[in-house]
Amino acid sequence: MQYKDYYKTLGVDKTATQDEIKKAYRRLARKYHPDVSKESDAEEQFKALGEAYEVLKDPEKRAAYDQLGSQWQAGQEFRPPPGWDAGFEFSGDDSSAFSDFFESLFGRAQSGSRGRSHGFDGKGRDHHARVLVDLEDAYAGTARQITLQAPYVDKSGHVRTRERTLNVRVPKGIMAGQQIRLAGQGDAGMGGGPAGDLYLEVEFRPHRMYRVEGRNVHVDVPVAPWELALGAKIRVPTPEGNIEMSVPPSSRPDEKLRLPGRGIPGKKKGDLYVTLRVVLPPADSEKSRQVYENMKREMDFNPRQGLGV
Amino acid sequence: MTRNEDLLTGVILDETIELTVDELCRSCSTRRDTILSMVEEGILQPVNRTGVSWRFTGVSVKRAIKATKLHRDLELNLPGVALALDLMDEIDRLRARLAHISHQAGIDDS
Repeated sequence: MQYKDYYKTLGVDKTATQDEIKKAYRRLARKYHPDVSKESDAEEQFKALGEAYEVLKDPEKRAAYDQLGSQWQAGQEFRPPPGWDAGFEFSGDDSSAFSDFFESLFGRAQSGSRGRSHGFDGKGRDHHARVLVDLEDAYAGTARQITLQAPYVDKSGHVRTRERTLNVRVPKGIMAGQQIRLAGQGDAGMGGGPAGDLYLEVEFRPHRMYRVEGRNVHVDVPVAPWELALGAKIRVPTPEGNIEMSVPPSSRPDEKLRLPGRGIPGKKKGDLYVTLRVVLPPADSEKSRQVYENMKREMDFNPRQGLGV
Repeated sequence: MTRNEDLLTGVILDETIELTVDELCRSCSTRRDTILSMVEEGILQPVNRTGVSWRFTGVSVKRAIKATKLHRDLELNLPGVALALDLMDEIDRLRARLAHISHQAGIDDS
C-alpha cells in the first residue's frame, strides 16, 4: 500500500494549526465537491480531501499519523511499524470509502456505523451510482448491469469486499437526472438492521442527432429549398423509428415543427421538435448550373433587401 | 440476454411518488429535525403544507441528498445550503439555455 501525505493533500504545513487545517479543507472542499465542481476528477480529489481531513481534524488521529515520522513520501510503499498505534483509540467513523492506507492505520469502520450515529440501527450503507443510457432506451426501456463493491465479514471476522453484479431494469419513460431507487439492494444491515438501498441516477449518452430537454426531444432535419417553398412529405428520424411528416408550403428556414407525443413517453408525453435546416444543392453540373441560371433570370429576388442595399 | 427473473425493477423517484418525513430521513441518512429545518429554509417543499404529517414527492430525495452532502461535507449551515442549491439550479438553467442558443447559432461549445 502507498503512503499518503495528508498535509500535502490539504496543501498545509505539518505545523499548521487546527484552524488552518479546517480553512484549507473548506476551501478545497468547495472547489472539488462533486455536486459543485466541474473538474473531471472532482470525485477522486474530494475523496482524498475527505480522508486527509478525517485524520488531521482529529487531534488524536493527527498525533498518531505524525508519529509515523516525516521520512515518508506520498506514494511510497508503506507498511505500518509494529505496535505503532499503541495508546491511541479511535472511534469508528464513516471511513468505508477510505484508502487501504487509512484502514491500516485507523481500522475499518463497521458498515452501518454512520447510519447508527444518525439513529437508524445498523442500516446498511446506501449505494449511489450513475447509469448511462441511450435516448432510445427511454422510449423502449432497457436493462443495465451494475457492479457494486459489497462488504462482508469473512470467517476470521475481517470485513472484506466482494463484487456484486445486479441486472436492473431502466423503465420506459425515464428522464435524464431522474433517480431509480432499488430498496434493499445496498449493503446488508448489521445486527438485524435493514439493508441499505441502491440509488441509480440516469443520464443520457450525448446523441449525434437528438437534443433532449426534459421530455421534449429536438432534431435538426435538412430540407431542400423546394421542399420548404412548395411543401413536401419528408421522412424524419425519431428515437422510435422513421416517420413521415408534412412540411407545409411556404415554410421558412430554421422553422420549428412540433410533433405532439413523439417525445419521451410517460403520463405526460413529451413532444418532438423538428427544425427545418435548408441545404442548397451544389451547382456542380451543367444541369444544376442551368437551374440556378433560370432562377437568377426568372426570380425577382434581392436577399439583401433588409439591409437597404 | 438477461433472464427476466434476474431483472430488478426499482421505483422512479418522480413527482408521482410520495414519501413520509421518516422515509426521506432514511434516504439521506439524516435526522428528522434536519429535514424539518430544510423545509423551514425552503430547501424542501412538502406536498401538503398544512397537514399534520408532511409528505414529499420523489424528486425531494435527490434534493435532500444533495443538501445533506453540502451541509456535511462543506460544513455549510442550512441557509447557505439553500442559497447554494438555488444558485446551482440557476446555473443548470443557464447552461441548458446557453447550449440551446449555441446550437441555434451553430457554435460548437463542446
